[in-house]
Amino acid sequence: MYSRAYKTAVAAPPLVWVAVFLLAPYGFLLCYSFWTVSQQALVHQWNLGNYRQLLDNSMYPTVLFRSMRIAGSVTVLSLVLSFPLAYYLSFHSRKKELLYQLVIIPLWVSYLVRAYAWKTILGSDGVLNTLLQYVGVTRHPVEFLLYSPFAVVLTLTHIYTPFAFLPIYASMEHIPRNFVEAAQDLGAGPMRTFWTVIFPLSLPGALAGATFAFVLSLGDFLAPLLIGGPSGIMISNVVVSLFGAAYNWPLGAAISASLLLLVLALLFLVERIEKRLSFT
Amino acid sequence: MISSAQPAADSGTGDKGGVEPLLSIRSIIKRFGSTTVLRDVSLDVASGELLTILGESGSGKTTLLRLIAGFEQPDGGEIYMAGERLDHLPPYRRRVNTVFQHYALFPHLSVFENVAYGLRVRKVNRQEIPKRVEQALALVKMTEFTRRAPAQLSGGQQQRIALARALVNQPKLLLLDEPLSALDANLRRQMQLELKSLQREVGISFVFVTHDQEEAMALSDRIALLRSGQLEQVAAPREIYNRPATAYTARFIGQTNLLRGRVENGLAQCGTLQWPWGAPDGPAAFSVRPESIRLCDPAAATNRNSVRFRAAIRNQTFGGHTDVLEVACPDSRVLLVRIASRGNLAGECDFEFDAGDAIPVKD
Amino acid sequence: MRAPATYHRPRWLLLQTVAVFAFLYLPILVLVVYSFNGESVGGFPPRGWTMRWYRILLDDNALWSAVGNSLIVAAAAMFLALVFGLPAALALDRASFPGKALFRRLVLLPLILPGIITGLSLLMLFVTAGMKLSLLTITLGHGTALISVATTEIFAGLRKMDRVQEEASLDLGATNWQTFWRITIPNLRLAIIGAGLLIFTLSMDEIAVSFFLIGRDNTLPLEIWSRLRRGITPEINAVSSIIFLFSLGMILVWYRLRRRRGEERPELAELVPLKQ
Repeated sequence: MYSRAYKTAVAAPPLVWVAVFLLAPYGFLLCYSFWTVSQQALVHQWNLGNYRQLLDNSMYPTVLFRSMRIAGSVTVLSLVLSFPLAYYLSFHSRKKELLYQLVIIPLWVSYLVRAYAWKTILGSDGVLNTLLQYVGVTRHPVEFLLYSPFAVVLTLTHIYTPFAFLPIYASMEHIPRNFVEAAQDLGAGPMRTFWTVIFPLSLPGALAGATFAFVLSLGDFLAPLLIGGPSGIMISNVVVSLFGAAYNWPLGAAISASLLLLVLALLFLVERIEKRLSFT
Repeated sequence: MISSAQPAADSGTGDKGGVEPLLSIRSIIKRFGSTTVLRDVSLDVASGELLTILGESGSGKTTLLRLIAGFEQPDGGEIYMAGERLDHLPPYRRRVNTVFQHYALFPHLSVFENVAYGLRVRKVNRQEIPKRVEQALALVKMTEFTRRAPAQLSGGQQQRIALARALVNQPKLLLLDEPLSALDANLRRQMQLELKSLQREVGISFVFVTHDQEEAMALSDRIALLRSGQLEQVAAPREIYNRPATAYTARFIGQTNLLRGRVENGLAQCGTLQWPWGAPDGPAAFSVRPESIRLCDPAAATNRNSVRFRAAIRNQTFGGHTDVLEVACPDSRVLLVRIASRGNLAGECDFEFDAGDAIPVKD
Repeated sequence: MRAPATYHRPRWLLLQTVAVFAFLYLPILVLVVYSFNGESVGGFPPRGWTMRWYRILLDDNALWSAVGNSLIVAAAAMFLALVFGLPAALALDRASFPGKALFRRLVLLPLILPGIITGLSLLMLFVTAGMKLSLLTITLGHGTALISVATTEIFAGLRKMDRVQEEASLDLGATNWQTFWRITIPNLRLAIIGAGLLIFTLSMDEIAVSFFLIGRDNTLPLEIWSRLRRGITPEINAVSSIIFLFSLGMILVWYRLRRRRGEERPELAELVPLKQ
């Protein structure tokens, strides 16, 4: 319906933007990762030294695995929280629009605000600790609440649960209601109906939600800085310090590039699985 | 056979007079918000019969079906099956299965697993399942499709699978919610025949919902005509066609000419048409089917019971084996006449019909 | 008209729902409550009611200049994202060209990538190009990250639109260009405004990408961040509460807008970058 020329003209600006501001920067990221640093200055000497360092020095894999564990915990918790919530809203609630809005609102509230809220709650002088002492449950502040991986997992779960909720809810809404009726007609009670019909058909949404939560948690550096403490350092914090005080851009770029490749591989894998899981 | 003289909520027991009906719907009332969708509906379904609930959209027919299936709860009245209270049970505990309008086949399960679903849920013996699925698929002639996914099947094929999925559970009653409405005309006719013979073969009671009166007449042992939440008439197809109880029934099922007039001194008079009619004086309405009216030779002998009139042909619609003529009487009444197809007619012609074909209806 | 699909609701499901909502909202409510706390520290129970922290905010010039910066950046980023996101959505919906699949993935990538990768890669671009870090670089960063949002929202709007209208317009004699302005754009109005609101709000909150592209001038989130590193003060509670109210306001506006147009169920259209 629209002419070839017209369509090309339309597609051109974003293509250019994507090339300049996405492709090129990733390219530079990759280039930097092959260079090195000497006496506080960048040396354009192509080598694999940075990558070798990542593999040789056990700190990097350790931090990466810790980050993956944290991201994994956040993902699991987000799914556990959002799945029943989505199910309730989609299939049982009479005010689903209102409740849906209520779930979305925290998404629009600044990340910083929410992370900060947890900081005030979890600290030794924070709300939770003083409340517990006030009520008499504990006599001393519980230490591990703040500046620990626990705090990071808790905060990130709080932040990413609505993210996980959205695609799960969307895929549940797409399930025709007469599927539920058909299952019940054939003898399945509510539980059985959920596990044999609703759950399988909302897996694509769950997969998308889980991917979101995992990838974004993996690359998070703000929460660890605010409430993670030394034991809660994640892989992105290492990168941040390499771009800051520990001035070593190439090494930082190497870690970032590796992270990028890891994420891309994960996305590719997820897309494959999603095709298998999607039946309509 | 039940009498269809009263159009109201009175139901019939089945053909096998005296035997306990399989399903007994008693004085059901259903409201949605401020709208009353079903008012005081009572109906019995006999064992082994194919009953069609016929009505326009909004008549409440689908609601009635859903009440039997268990997806809605009545606001008044009860439903009994084989003597026991049914409406208190959730859908998954009723020995009733449904074939849904858009089939509702589970896309994530193969055809085999779809059909086996009810069996697995009720924990039927594992060894038994493949055999029973096979049998059910054989009934609907779909045995080569076990491994396919529903998305790969055509509409007609999906419908058969939906049937198999319901029948494999050997329900006491099968509900069908406009299952043929999504099919094209030829496939529809074919499926009607197949459904009818399937029901005979399986021997289970079928309750079929449709808005298509031709379909209802082709399939059913009995038709229950529902109008705005109330039963207009419940009778076998021939009975309901030949002896409609009300003007609505006469118009809804098949085509008709509704003649309104008066009975006076033993004569029914509708405009210029009159014939002997032994009813007390008063206003009256009659239904005359277009096929009851025929062309006649004005010179031929007449008798008391034949009604003759002359009318001008306004329109002639070719219908394959018959033509439908729209004719205008001198008193400007327009009638429909159905005759065997012939060449184009024009001008004025003479027509006649027997007084016996003027069926009295409640207006 | 029909009741919810299942026969009855299990009690525990309701409890779980309430618990999740509590989890999502309590921390924010605590924050707001403590912004009125008389004492400087967040102990329980809160003591004394005061508006002191809000009053201090009013005189905080550094904060206000950061707010101003954020507003400028958000407006500019919104403009950029929409100007590039609209053709991108159109291209994805209607055009076919070599590399379209790659293009789609690239455009949507910043949605799912952690901000650090987007931020660092852009940093390297700017450094290599010899650009100094400033509000401009932050704007470009936000724009890049948020084009994905614009594309996704507008794409959803295009999908909902009935093509027949455009065909009717052409049939009646309008050119492609006229049809675009008279039919297509008005139909997309809602999607564009919704996208704009969302982008604006996200830009005001954005911190991960901005972290690496910051020059001399701070945006609001970064200003708050730098203070947080120094220590907690209830003043930050006050700022956070205001930000919360602002976000609440924005989403209400967004929702009312979509409601008014008669949309059955407004959705944050397909925040799922993989499913297109």
